[in-house]
Amino acid sequence: MNMPAAGDDEVWLDDDAGPLIRPYTVSAGRTRPTVDLDLLSLMIATAKTPKGMDPEHHKALGLCRTPTSVAEVSAHMRLPVAVTKVLLADLVDCEAMATRAPRSTSGATDRVLLEKLLDGLQRF
Amino acid sequence: MAYNDSEVFPTQVKILIAGGFGVGKTTFVGAASEIEPLNTEELITAASIGVDSLSGIEEKTTTTVALDFGRITIEQHGIVLYLFGTPGQERFWFMWDELSAGALGAIVLADTRRLDACFEAVDFFESRGIHFLVAVNEFDGSFHYDPEEVRAALELHPRVPIVLCDARDGASTTAALRSLIQHLLTAVPSPS
Ligand SMILES: Nc1nc2c(ncn2[C@@H]2O[C@H](COP(=O)(O)OP(=O)(O)O)[C@@H](O)[C@H]2O)c(=O)[nH]1
Ligand SMILES: [Mg+2]
Repeated sequence: MNMPAAGDDEVWLDDDAGPLIRPYTVSAGRTRPTVDLDLLSLMIATAKTPKGMDPEHHKALGLCRTPTSVAEVSAHMRLPVAVTKVLLADLVDCEAMATRAPRSTSGATDRVLLEKLLDGLQRF
Repeated sequence: MAYNDSEVFPTQVKILIAGGFGVGKTTFVGAASEIEPLNTEELITAASIGVDSLSGIEEKTTTTVALDFGRITIEQHGIVLYLFGTPGQERFWFMWDELSAGALGAIVLADTRRLDACFEAVDFFESRGIHFLVAVNEFDGSFHYDPEEVRAALELHPRVPIVLCDARDGASTTAALRSLIQHLLTAVPSPS
């Protein structure tokens, strides 16, 4: 797979960065994903497995056998959300992953949805 | 490449759990969630918080802010409900914008020992038109307030519900979530 170059994004390095160094190595210092992803964008692995992926890319694919939110991938990979988005965007770029953006409306005025929620929460 | 397949993808809804530091947000999310509450981090760059508000040292650094979230799957209706605990400190408020975008509503947790800690969350949701309720997290040994006293102290509109909850208890947190949904339903016109 072709890893996009670090580009214009600043590489944040400072003496106190400590735990940040690894995440930034993983994303080659990039902080801006090439695909617009939200915390709740759902990611799903396609059948494609590109060659030459990093272990992190493999791990992300493994987490997304069923639709999984960006937030969950980030937590499981123990990477900051911004870094996770860069990795996932790489995988979308090489078609190893597909994504669906969350709906732009909140559903707060969708009576049918609210009633389903109420019903579902009744059981807990 | 984007999918558009409702067979594969569930309907996602998002509810925010807000309130001041130490009020029980992480506890609430953990008790309500079917999964181990997950903790992730968002990077904070100088640009995200506005350089003006930072001292010289902070300007050069990137730090992270913890973000906890949980999930409730409502299988029979194909819905996944996500709960996000919002970071309490004021300087992380830029994150509230991404978090609140598309949010169904919010629960503002209040600790009666320091009600002022939830003023900011109340103001935030009011100004964005996001429906919310106030859940009083009753800590042991805290003075018991009447809900109307809490309403007066927080200058809450009469239509904002106030419920009591125990953030450590799954049934209690789920009841608070149900109260929020019921509150949202009252704001939706009935089908004619
Ligand atoms: N007694 C009691 N303690 C609680 C309750 N909710 C939270 N706590 C405790 O209060 C502390 C702060 O809670 P936490 O969820 O971390 O607050 P956050 O900063 O809002 O995320 C933790 O030690 C919790 O165990 C409650 O309802 N009753
Ligand atoms: Mg917390």
